[in-house]
Amino acid sequence: MPVAIKNTAFYALVVLIVLFAVFPFYYAIITSFKTGSALFTIEYWPTSFSLANYVSVIEAGSFPRNLLNSLIVSGLVVALSLLMAVTAAFALARVRFRGRSLLLLTILSVSMFPQIAVLAGLFEVIRLLGLYNTLWGLIFSYTIFTLPFTVWVLTTFMRDLPIEIEEAAIVDGATPWVIITKVFLPLMWPALVTTGLLAFIAAWNEFLFALTFTSSTETRTVPVIIALLSGASAHEVPWGLIMAASVIVTVPLVVLVLIFQRKIISGLTAGGVKG
Amino acid sequence: MTVIRLNNVRKSFGTFDVIKGVDLEINPCEFMVFVGPSGCGKSTLLRLIAGLEDITSGTLAFDEKVVNSLTPSQRGIAMVFQSYALYPHMTVYDNMAFGLKLAKGGADEIKRRVNEAAEMLQITDYLDRLPKQLSGGQRQRVAIGRAIVRDPKVFLFDEPLSNLDAALRVQTRLEIAKLHAKMHETTMIYVTHDQVEAMTLADRICVLRDGNVEQVGTPMELYEKPQSTFVAGFIGSPKMNFLTEKFADAYKAHTLGVRPEHLEVREKAGTWAGKLIHSENLGSESYLYIDIGAKEPLVVRQDGKPSRQPGDLLHVSPINDNVHRFDQSGYPARA
Ligand SMILES: Nc1ncnc2c1ncn2[C@@H]1O[C@H](COP(=O)(O)OP(=O)(O)OP(=O)(O)O)[C@@H](O)[C@H]1O
Ligand SMILES: [Mg+2]
Repeated sequence: MPVAIKNTAFYALVVLIVLFAVFPFYYAIITSFKTGSALFTIEYWPTSFSLANYVSVIEAGSFPRNLLNSLIVSGLVVALSLLMAVTAAFALARVRFRGRSLLLLTILSVSMFPQIAVLAGLFEVIRLLGLYNTLWGLIFSYTIFTLPFTVWVLTTFMRDLPIEIEEAAIVDGATPWVIITKVFLPLMWPALVTTGLLAFIAAWNEFLFALTFTSSTETRTVPVIIALLSGASAHEVPWGLIMAASVIVTVPLVVLVLIFQRKIISGLTAGGVKG
Repeated sequence: MTVIRLNNVRKSFGTFDVIKGVDLEINPCEFMVFVGPSGCGKSTLLRLIAGLEDITSGTLAFDEKVVNSLTPSQRGIAMVFQSYALYPHMTVYDNMAFGLKLAKGGADEIKRRVNEAAEMLQITDYLDRLPKQLSGGQRQRVAIGRAIVRDPKVFLFDEPLSNLDAALRVQTRLEIAKLHAKMHETTMIYVTHDQVEAMTLADRICVLRDGNVEQVGTPMELYEKPQSTFVAGFIGSPKMNFLTEKFADAYKAHTLGVRPEHLEVREKAGTWAGKLIHSENLGSESYLYIDIGAKEPLVVRQDGKPSRQPGDLLHVSPINDNVHRFDQSGYPARA
C-alpha cells in the first residue's frame, strides 16, 4: 500500500512538473491556430484550426530571411566556440604551464558579467571592427559569451579522460592535434553535444545584442523580429502572428534535441583502461 | 639490437627528487627487469626511458646516440601500460593499426603486421570488437599486440600483469617470456614489484631503492650474492631471515642472513634451538616459525607437510653454512 501511494505521489509530481514546463508552449501552439477575436478568449483546448497566422508570418516580407540569419549565426557560433573551446580545453586540461588555474578562473569570471554591463563597450568594439549591422558582429559577440562556458565544461571533461590513453597515443607517434581529433573528440561526444546545444540555444534566443548591433530588417535575427512584429495599428498587438512565429522558431530547437539525444550516451570511455 | 645507456640520470618533480643519479647499461636484446618497493621510482625511470617525462639532468643514449630530447616515437619505443590504455572507441584492429597509420605505412603492410601480431597473441577472433567487449586478459593482449606491430627497438612494460587474476597472470607471464624469445632483436625493460616475475623473466634485474640503483645482476647473482640487506630481503620468497646480536656475533657479522630454504631441522645439536610457534602447510612444502630468542621468529622451509606440532622444541642449522654476512651499514661483511 505505501508503495502504491509513493508511486502515485511520484507520478502526480511528474505530471505537475510537465504541465508547468509545457503549458506555455502548449498555449502558444493553440493560440497560433486562432484568428480574429478568438485570440482574446481564454480556452484551454484547441477550438479552431487555421494556418492563416503561419501563412502570413512566412509571407510577410523578411521572416524567412531572419530565420536563415538566426540559423547562420547560431550555427557558426556553435562551430567557432566548439573549435576554440576544444583546443583551449586541451591546453588547460593537459598542458602544464604557469598561471593555468588563474587563467581558468579569469575565463569563468568573464561569464559572470551581465550582458548589459558590457553592451556599450562591446558596441564600440564592433563599430571599430566594422561589424556593425552585420551577422559577423552578432557571431563575434555571442562567441565571447558562449566561450567561457564551453571552455569550462570541456576542460573539466577532458581532465577526466584517462591520461594513459593520451600517453599511449604519444607513444604511437600522435601529435597534439591528432590526439585531440582522433582520440579525444570521439570520446567527448556527450560533452560536445551538450555544450554545443546549450551554445546554440543561447545564440538562438539572444535578444539584447541582436537588437543593439543590427539595424536593418535584413540583418535581424528572429527574436528581434518577433518582438518588433506590429499589428495594423500601434495599439494592436498581433498575438496570432507572434505565436505562430514563436512556434516556428522553437521547432529547430526541438528537432536538434531529438536528433542529438541519442548521442548523449554515457560510458563512452568504458573498456579503454581497466575496470 | 639496441644498447641503452643511462648516465647520471636525475629526475625531480619541483623540489622533490625522485631519481637520484642512475648509471645503468642495458645490453642489446636483454630482458631487464626493474624491481623495488612501491614509490621507489620504477615507473618514473621507465617513463624517462620512454620519453613520457623529461630528464632533469644526465644523459640517456640509445646505441650511443643521446635521445634526451626525442619523442617516444622518434626513440622507436613501444610501451604496455598497467591499465591497458586502449583507445575505447576503436576496434581491436584499429587500436593496433593506429600507430602504423600515423607512420603512414601502406595499407597492405599494416594489415599484414596487425594480422601477424594478432595470430601470435591469439586475438584474431576479436579484431572487430571494441575494448569494452573484451575480458581483462584479452585487453592486455591487445595492448601487447599494439606494441608488437610497431616493431619497436625497445619494448617497455609497466606492471602489465598487475590487473590480472593469479591464474591469468601466470599464463600471460609465460606469453611474455615466449614473446621475448621470438622478438630476440628487441631490448625489453619490464617494471614489476612481483619478485617471481622478476626472477622468471629477467636476463638481469635492477633493484631500485629510493631513486637509486641498489644492485644490478642476473637473478641468480642477486639470489646468491646480494650486495646489501635490502636486496637480500627483497629477492627470494619467503623473505630471508635476518639475525643480529649474539646470533650474528658468532659469525663475525653485524647482521646474519639465512634463507628459509637453506635451513634444516635436526634431531639434536643444531646451531640454534627453539620452540615451534606456528606452521604453514602449502601441501608441497611448509614453513615453520621457530622462536629461537631472536627479534623475529626464524622461518624454516621444509619439504612436504610439517613434521612437528606447535610447542615442540626444534634444533635448526644452516645447510652447508649457507649464510650471508652483512656489516653495520647493511653491506657484505669483509672480515
Ligand atoms: N607527476 C608527478 N609529480 C610529482 N611526484 C611524482 C609524479 N610522478 C611520480 N611522483 C613521485 O615519484 C615517486 C616515484 O613514483 P613512481 O610512480 O616512479 O613509483 P613506482 O616505483 O612506480 O611505485 P609503484 O610500484 O607504486 O608503481 C613517488 O613518490 C611519487 O609520489
Ligand atoms: Mg609504478
